Amino acid sequence: MEPTIIPMKKLIISIILCLFLFPVFAQDAKNILEKVDRNMSSKNRIMESSMTIHGKRSSRTLTSKTWSEGMDKSFSEYLSPAADKGTKMLKLEGQLWIYSPTTDRIIQISGHMLRQSVMGSDLSYEDMMDDRKLTDLYNAKVIKEEKLGDRNTYVLQLTAKVDNVAYFSQKVWIDTERYIPLQQEMYAKSNQLLKRTELKDVKQIQGRWFPTTIVYKDMLKQGNGTEFKMTSILFDQKIPEYIFSKAALKQ
Amino acid sequence: MLAFKLAFKNLVGAGLRTWLNVSVLSFAFVVIVFYNGMLDGWNRQGRSDTKAWETGNGQYWHPLYDRYDPFSLQDAHAVVTGEAAKLTKENQITPILITQATAYPQGRMLNVMLKGIDPNQKILMIPSGSLKAQNGEIPALIGKRMAESTHLQKGDHVLVRWRDVNGTFDAREILITEIFSSNVPTIDVSQIYVPLSSLQEMTGMKDEATFLVANGTLNNTEIKGWTFKDSKFLLKDFDEMIDTKKGGSRIIYLLLLSIALLAIFDTQVLSIFRRQKEIGTYIALGMTRSRVIRLFTVEGSMHSILALILGSLYGIPLMLLINKYGIPMPKSADQAGIAISEKIIPFYSLGMLVSTVLLVVISATIVSYFPTRRISKMKPTDALKGKIQ
Repeated sequence: MEPTIIPMKKLIISIILCLFLFPVFAQDAKNILEKVDRNMSSKNRIMESSMTIHGKRSSRTLTSKTWSEGMDKSFSEYLSPAADKGTKMLKLEGQLWIYSPTTDRIIQISGHMLRQSVMGSDLSYEDMMDDRKLTDLYNAKVIKEEKLGDRNTYVLQLTAKVDNVAYFSQKVWIDTERYIPLQQEMYAKSNQLLKRTELKDVKQIQGRWFPTTIVYKDMLKQGNGTEFKMTSILFDQKIPEYIFSKAALKQ
Repeated sequence: MLAFKLAFKNLVGAGLRTWLNVSVLSFAFVVIVFYNGMLDGWNRQGRSDTKAWETGNGQYWHPLYDRYDPFSLQDAHAVVTGEAAKLTKENQITPILITQATAYPQGRMLNVMLKGIDPNQKILMIPSGSLKAQNGEIPALIGKRMAESTHLQKGDHVLVRWRDVNGTFDAREILITEIFSSNVPTIDVSQIYVPLSSLQEMTGMKDEATFLVANGTLNNTEIKGWTFKDSKFLLKDFDEMIDTKKGGSRIIYLLLLSIALLAIFDTQVLSIFRRQKEIGTYIALGMTRSRVIRLFTVEGSMHSILALILGSLYGIPLMLLINKYGIPMPKSADQAGIAISEKIIPFYSLGMLVSTVLLVVISATIVSYFPTRRISKMKPTDALKGKIQ
């Protein structure tokens, strides 16, 4: 068999194209993430949601109401089922407290406890607590454009630029028109896919596009993951300051 | 001597009543010896197995390591340097690195401990020599309990996820190269052994260890930066469990002994009541009351001597037979997490045998003495007449 010879002219053009296009993509990735941040973040939000944990044999649903302000203040109260009703969580600037009505005690979840699952779901407290911006943790680049369902997306490859991140790399599919993430995949250092998040049911709420259903799936274990549905969401409301205090946990 | 001869004659003369008492007491004696022998046998086996498979002759722990708190593993690791590195080279200690991980056998999620062990170590019985790298794969070793619970077999691949020193997830498939069988469940259940160097590379903890296992020659030598834990500390759980078992068994055999002693007590009361004329005669012939009391006490305690002889007659062959074949333990016996072999070989120490003999003889003497105290209040004339006193 004769070896394939790439014409020199073609090769040079390809190299030049790569050299020029790569910074453009890198620049775009940063801009894209910033646009996503702007779209997804708000001054504050009040949200009612249901979280369905699909196990191997059965599923269970928890409903909750959450008040949040920026990235570092959040207060949740579980409304059902009866066994979890009244459980409250307060996240305040990197710290997390949980109040359980059965024990009538407030406990702080810290250190290695943050790696445990939230109410048996596919989410860990750490996943919930990590409020650092993706642009601060990862080097991003657009690797391709792809159709996801009926939407056109940019596929962003994120590679960790700091040591203390849970996932070494991520892939994010971002809607090219609405600038919202539609799918996110988390990878281990070995490039093993660990988790997949799908963001669905995108609706226009108070003038912005927002995904109202998020499905978290641990790709290594059986089961259909955890489905998080926002049944109502209000942006930029007046939230009294006492909500974000430890005193509110026992009320 | 006269008292012994008389007592023996009287006992043998009593016939069936004596032999019933002796039989019950001998049974209690044999049961006590057997039960203690079994627990001592278990204790010896369990301790030696735990030392051989898990604790060695002491361990040097990282100051933050707590074996009951898996969360401590995240911080409890340090580089093996200086004296520790020198002793490792001399095969006097072997480093073990532990990290929490999640295994996914057949898509199920299972929390496990990933343990890094030197494939060339000789201090522990864990067959680490089978941790040979094959085609760039990570070789792994698991115990038979872990293999049963996960349905993993030799040659299987299983996906394992862990976090490195910075908390970043990583996941890879490992290859099960060997399944070992051990009597010590604490080194087996939910544990996967991989080569130390592989785990150090996987976690980014180069040359680090969580604890160091010592062989017999070190004798509490201090190693800077590591805290020595001796066998007494490391086997504390096992010793406490054996003590609890001994406490429980003590109740059973004391109940059995009480029944036998009650029978002797009754016999003594009856003897003194029915043999008043004999007592009067002894005193009339010049015996002091205390000598008569001694005679009756010796007679009662002779039950225990006869019980020891009878017990030995059937107990020794029985125990030799048990020692030959061992006592089979049910498969579920080690699920409590305590070292137990498939068969327990009882161990009868001289101290245990002597203390059991003393327990039986002394308690039989005490219960024989109490009823005889009435003799000191007897009037010899009334006793001779056979008047009930």
